[in-house]
This record gives sequence, C-alpha cells and structure tokens, in this order.
Amino acid sequence: MKFAHNPLLAELLPAWRARLMLIVMMALFGGLVARAFWLQVVNDEFYQRKGEERFSRVLPTPASRGRVLDRNEQVLAMSTQVSAIVAESRPTRSDAKANPKDIGAEKLSPAQIRQLAELLGMDHREIARRIPENRGRSYLKRQVQPEVAKQILALKLPGIRAEPEYRRYYPHGEVSAHVVGFTGMDDNGLEGIELAMNRPLTGQVGQRRVITDARRNVVEDIEVLAPPRDGGDVRLAIDARLQFLVHSKLKQAVTDHKARAGSAVVLDTRTGEVLALANWPTYNPNNRDQLSGPPLRNRAFTDTYEPGSTIKPIIAAMALESGRYTFDTPVDCSGKLFFGRASIGDAHSHGTLTLAEVIQKSSNIGVAKIAGTFKPSEMWHVYDQMGFGSPLRLGFPGEAGGRLRPAASWKPVEQATMSYGHGMSVTLMQMARSYMVFARDGDLIPLSLTRVDTPQVNGLQVFSAQTAREVRRMLEMAAGPGGTAPKAQIPGYRVAGKTGTAHKLEGGAYANKYIASFVGFAPVSDPRYIVAVMIDEPSNGVHYGGQVAAPVFSDIMNATLRATGVPPDAPVPALQMAKNSVTGKEGW
Amino acid sequence: MQLTASKWSAVRERIGGVLSALDPPLLAITVLLLSLATLVMGSATADFMYRFEAHLVNLAVALSVMLVVAQIPPLRLMQLALPFYAVGVVLLIGVELFGETSKGAQRWLNIGFTRIQPSEMLKISVPLMLAWYFHRHEAQLRVRDFLVAAVILLIPVLLIFHQPDLGTAILVLAAGVFVIFFAGLSWKLIIPVLTVGVIAIAALAAEGDAICADGVDWPGFKAYQRQRVCTLLDPTTDPRGSGFHIIQSSIAIGSGGVFGKGWREGTQTHLEFVPERHTDFIFAVMAEEFGLAGAVVLLCIYIAMIGRGLMIAARSPMLFGRLLAGAISLSFFTYAFVNMGMVTGLLPVVGVPLPFVSYGGTALVTLCIGLGLLMSIEAQRRRRQR
Repeated sequence: MKFAHNPLLAELLPAWRARLMLIVMMALFGGLVARAFWLQVVNDEFYQRKGEERFSRVLPTPASRGRVLDRNEQVLAMSTQVSAIVAESRPTRSDAKANPKDIGAEKLSPAQIRQLAELLGMDHREIARRIPENRGRSYLKRQVQPEVAKQILALKLPGIRAEPEYRRYYPHGEVSAHVVGFTGMDDNGLEGIELAMNRPLTGQVGQRRVITDARRNVVEDIEVLAPPRDGGDVRLAIDARLQFLVHSKLKQAVTDHKARAGSAVVLDTRTGEVLALANWPTYNPNNRDQLSGPPLRNRAFTDTYEPGSTIKPIIAAMALESGRYTFDTPVDCSGKLFFGRASIGDAHSHGTLTLAEVIQKSSNIGVAKIAGTFKPSEMWHVYDQMGFGSPLRLGFPGEAGGRLRPAASWKPVEQATMSYGHGMSVTLMQMARSYMVFARDGDLIPLSLTRVDTPQVNGLQVFSAQTAREVRRMLEMAAGPGGTAPKAQIPGYRVAGKTGTAHKLEGGAYANKYIASFVGFAPVSDPRYIVAVMIDEPSNGVHYGGQVAAPVFSDIMNATLRATGVPPDAPVPALQMAKNSVTGKEGW
Repeated sequence: MQLTASKWSAVRERIGGVLSALDPPLLAITVLLLSLATLVMGSATADFMYRFEAHLVNLAVALSVMLVVAQIPPLRLMQLALPFYAVGVVLLIGVELFGETSKGAQRWLNIGFTRIQPSEMLKISVPLMLAWYFHRHEAQLRVRDFLVAAVILLIPVLLIFHQPDLGTAILVLAAGVFVIFFAGLSWKLIIPVLTVGVIAIAALAAEGDAICADGVDWPGFKAYQRQRVCTLLDPTTDPRGSGFHIIQSSIAIGSGGVFGKGWREGTQTHLEFVPERHTDFIFAVMAEEFGLAGAVVLLCIYIAMIGRGLMIAARSPMLFGRLLAGAISLSFFTYAFVNMGMVTGLLPVVGVPLPFVSYGGTALVTLCIGLGLLMSIEAQRRRRQR
C-alpha cells in the first residue's frame, strides 16, 4: 500500500551516512575526552592550586589585649569576649519561601525586628534601617554582652549572627580613669596607659587558614598558621585602694568648696612610683557615650597653673646652699618691696623673720629679697634642675611642660615674683616631683607609672643632704602651729609641707579666682610619701591653700601612712593614750 | 470470582501490552543514565533539598510521558506531524508578538493558566515534520524537496534565534539538518557548507583578537552573543563577567583529577564558586567529584544510548522511522556535546542543559518524548517481525 512497506526500500537510509555520523560523533566525543584529560590529568595540579586559591583564605585571629593591673595585681582594665550582632541578607529569590536556609535578614517580619530591638535595647526603626536590603551584611550592634547575644541566637532569626569580639572593661570605672585611659572600638589605646603602653598591651594577631564559599563566608577552619599571642599585662605603680581613697577625698573637697576642678597625686619617695593619681571631674571609661570633653583631661599631667608659694622652699634651699644664710638668718619682711612702680607685699605684715620663719609664714617679701641676692641664671638653673619648664616624659599623652622663660629675659620684678611662684607655670605632677629633693636628701629621682621593685639609687643631686634636712624642718614648721597650714597635721605622724594660693590669670590679668594647693610629705623623720593637692577655683568662702588643700593632704597622707604600715614618729598626746588604754586598743 | 480472575488476567495482559512497547536495551541505558544523574543531582542540590525532591517528581512525570509516547504507533505519529509543527510555529509567532520577556529574552507565552516556552516543543516537532515530509516524497526526492525542507526548518529556527535563544535555535537547527542529511542531501551541498564553516571557525580562532576588539560589531548577533564567543577565545579578558563561568568550571573540573574528590566533596561546586551548578553546569560537579573516570563513564553511557538509537534507525522498516530515529539520536549527541563542550571551555556559553542530567522538568520531558519516539519506532519493527 505504501512505499515504506516495500522491502526493496528497506535500506534507503544510506549506511555510509550513518557510519560517517558515527565517526564524526566519536571524533567529537574524543575531543571532549582529550579536553577533560588536559584539564584533569595534564594540568590538574595547576587547577587544584587555582581552586585552592579560590576557597582557601588566610584570616587574622584576634589576640586578647593584655590587662592593666595595679601594684597588687588588682585588675584595672581587662578584655572580655563579647559579640557583635550582624545582619546578613541573601539575594532575593522568588523560591526562597521553599527553604528557610535560603533566606536572610531581609525576610525578618516586623514582629521579629521588634523582638530584636527589645533585646538589643534599640529602636526597631533603627534596626530595620540597618538591615541590608539585598545581599550584604552590616552590624546591628557591637559590643553586646554574651547573655544578650545568646538570647538573640536562641530566636533563630534568619540572617542574624553573632561574631566574637573583645570588649575592654574597667572594673574601677571613674576612679582610675585618667591613669588607665581607654581603648577605641578597634582595641587600640586612645588615652592614658592604654595609649602610653599600647605596644606591650597589644597582642600579636594570629593567622588561620579557612575555607570560604563564594560569598566569603567562613565554612571551616583548617589550620592555624600562627597562634595569636595575647598582649602582656602591664603592672602599674598605682595602688587601687589608695587610688579609691584619693579619688573620694578629692571629689569631696571639690564638692565642698564648690570648685571647678582638682587633682591629687601620691608619690613614693624611695622608688619614684606614682601610687595614686586622681582628677576631678572624671569619667566612666565603660560608658562610651561619655568619652569626650573636658572630663577626659588628666589635669595633673596636662594642665599647668601658677604654683604660688609652694615654690618658696626652693629659694630657701638656695639661700642655705649659698652659705650666705643659715636657718636663723634674720630677713626684714616689713613694709612693701618696690620695683619701679610695681610693689610686692604680704597679706599680713610680719616685721623681721628668720629664714625658717619666712617659709613658715610664707612671706613674699622675704623670699623676694633672698631671691634678689641671686643672679637670674642661678635661679633658672635650679628651677630647670628641679624639672620645671619641660615635660616629665613619662609617656603620658598630652603631658605639659609648663612655662619657665630663659633667665636672660627676666626683669628684676619678674625674678621677684617667680621666687613666690608667679610668672611661671607648672603641672601638679612636676610640683610633686620637685619635693623629692626635700623628702630625699637633696636628690631628684625620675617618676614611674609602672611598679618598681627596687628602690632608686641616688638621682640628680640638686642640694646637699644638710640643706634638704634643714628645709624639711622649715616645712614641718609651715605645717605646724604658727605656720600657714596647721590643718595638714596628722595624729601620730610628723608632717611637712607648703601651701600655695595663686591668683588665676585670666586674659593676661589676675582675676579674683584662685588655685589652692598643698605639697607635702611624711613622716618627717624618714619621709616615705609625697602628696600634692590642687583645687581649682574654690568658691565657697575660703580659698587659701592652708584651708582648702591642706585638709585633703592630711586625709590622704593619713590613710596612706596607715594603709602601708609606716610606724608613727610623733609623740602621742597623753589624752589619746589614756582613751585608747581604756578601750584596750592600740593607738595606731 | 471467576469473573474477577479473568478481569485480572485481562489487566495483566493489558499492562504487558503497554510494557512491551519499551525497548529493553534503551530502557536499561536510560535507567542507568538517570540513576547517575540522580546521584550527581543529590550532590549538586545538597543545600537545596527541595530541588532534589522536585527533580524526583520531574523524573516520574518524564518517564510516564515516555511510556505514553512509546505506545503511539509511527503511523499515528505521522498524522500528528503537520498539526504539531503548525501549532508550534503559530505559538512561536505568538511569542514574537505577545511574548513575555524574562532575563532579556522574549521566550515565554502566557496562555491563561500557565506560561509555556514553545521553542522547547519545536525540538521534537521539527524533526517529526521533516521526517514526515521526506517520507511522503520518498519515491522522488528532488532538489525542490530539499529547498522546501530548508524552508520548513528555517522558519522556526529564525523565530527562535530572534527571541533571542541561540542555544535552542542551534539544537532545533541541528535536529532538522540531521533529517535532511539522512534523507540524502547531496555532497555537492554538504562539502561547501562544511568547508566554509571550518574556515570560519579557524579564522575566528586565529583572528580572535582583531574580531573581538572593541567597537567591532557582528551583523546579526546580539552583543552578549558576540561577548560569549570572544570570551571563549580568551576567558581571562573578562574573568569577572562572561569569562567567570568558563574559568570557574574549568577549575572545578581540573581540580577533580583522575578519580575526583568524591561524592559531595567537591569544594569548588559546593562552595558556590561554580554558577548554575545544578542546571547547565552540572557536568562540572560531576567531573570534580568523580574525576576523569566519571566523565568517561558518562560519555560511554551517552554513546551507548546514541548507538542504540542509530541501531533503531538503521533497522526501521520505514523512511519516516529511520529519519526520525536518526535525527533524535544525533540530537541527544548534540545536546551532550554542546553542553560538555561549553562546560569544559571548548565551546561558547550557550544555554544548553546536559541531557537527562541537568535540573529542569521541561527539558527532561522533551528528551523522554524523544526516547518514547525511538521506542515506538522500534516497537513497530518488532510487531512487524512477529
């Protein structure tokens, strides 16, 4: 019926055409095999290496920053592991509903965002704004506490992950804020010891090799190339207990006297260690919102002021050293001292005083007359040796040097005012350190912020030991009855020190504002500690160093001596002995 | 009871009749290939298990379609050839006029309840149509008949090329050319065309730099098509764009080595460095995880399937059957070669899935219709022998 049914036509499909096609086909498949052979056998190593380059990556392993410790290993700063909450979005896909693994943070429902906001303590609109719309990742919040991160992860929200990071924690908060300083978000020191000792504190970041997918998500850790080396601890000279005491006494004084600011330091005379350093106002380094503005200033190091009378013992020491004066050499301190039209006077007229009494009563006329017997260069040389006019270079950020003009430019009246601490400026730390020469036997040692275990050998000898001892007696008189600062007294100990009450310079003129200060040491028989206190603008009726700063000195020194078990060296009043024997307690 | 027993035997006879249409060797090869494909799919969709489930559904549907098509006798198929072709071309024109655009190409037609891609249908109906046409004129094939065949072929091919869908256009063209070739196209025509083609490819390879220089337009080609050819010549010129696919898949395949990294152990593919790993680039997954050995096994299975198809073609008692079976078998070869050539970096990137292996329901159904046609042709021969 049809041609197809005719067996004669059965071989119409030409066999050679089919065979030719078969040959062509085999040849082309052969080409494929050859290509595969080329890729997989001849060049496989090249492609394996290329492949590895694509998925293997070397990532840094964060190293923990070292701790900052006080002298007794109390922790002042430490790093704890916290979390950064990250939102990650996937490319939007139409079939994403089918598999929850395929979706990211972009699919979070408003209810889930509210849940997140509540746990993170953020506004839900802010969170919604931070979630990337399509493929990408961003931080929702950093430095999140581990418990909070755990709660968030337990919600199993799509695309929400927690990444480990370190957070710096300062257990003593505002108390030691200025000494310790703080770090930035990236764990680098920005202030204080954290900045000064950033290098030893910073660890060495390690390296690890990881497998990542094409989106650079880490899939697996394979090997540690270099383990992270955690940063070393730094052990400070600071005594945390003492620091707390100094901090609270200073805070109290600034509040009581309605002052603008204040600073106080405690130095160890044997080692040069800074045992405590407090400033007010201060800040809480744990609260990142507070980390700006004037409270950040470490005033004891960065702010200079006119030292006033606290400088006078240096002139007395120069007088003794010159051989022209002895402890009892009389000086006429009556009337006023004229330099052209300018005049120098005392608050109360003293008449004739001995050299010791000039210091005890803090007579401006007295020291100015003595200073006039020296050449300006002689005075400058001693001031310079005492460390004024140049920074202490303890590595502290923003350390000021103060102002000490070259002697060649001094006019006689300026030389006179500089003898009682005006026309020049110092930092409280410089002032405290200069008293080392009186507390020790005339030599000046460098200060240390870190703990020193061996006492310093003799430093720069500025005055003879004999001079230093005689000035000590004068300073004991100044802090005693008949001196300017009887409020510096401590029961059971002999104390020595000098008040300072300086007019503040405002716009080149002296204003009716004061800086009250006191620098002293104890016990006089063998001085162990120097305490310096400075109160800026006391404005609650009294402003004299003896009334404002000396009581703070007394409190701090008293606590320091008792806390460190220094034996008392003063005769105890009979009344107190009797009282203590009744209660059966030791007096000290 | 007796009634039900006889009913039961009738059902059994019926089932036996349905199954008898299946060609055992071809069925065995198909099952082997689909098993291997499912294994690879299990790795490629490791992170999207719902895709794997969908793949299993696709398999079931496609095999059922194959079973149904195998039942249709070739004579009935011949009656369907012209209507199918006509409907296909009308739908293509519909796409041209009212089609929906997706990813820059107008390939889809919305017919109310669903979207269809008519070009897929033409992969079967074009060889069917041409085989029917030559069969009708088998007594006296003249140059005129070949010219008519060329027109029958070029209408859908040009429509598809214009969508644009170069991959499908090439596959439909190849299927038609195979029919024409087997129908006895004169060597006087074949040799010049082949020569020109070889020279063109050689020139492209030799002068690639000049042709691919910036600002050179290729008449008749879209910019992305030109880009793909140029990228093939030197993938490194565009490693983040068009060259990305070729570089990534070459690395995946190359890093597999002789025996591969093992099932689900392929780092390049699993870490999402290889794009389209469960669709067009699934061969990269296979070659990375099973190495050269796996690739050769896959090629051998394809050769067995195509060989069996050509055997069916050679033994078919009708010209229609011989032409159709030959064209379908060689289409399978074309699909496999174009896909593997693309993934290994021998050919430009055109969207051709790996037959029977790549994810995708439509393609799988089309391929299984092809298998069903082969089985139908073979069943006719066996019935006739009895």
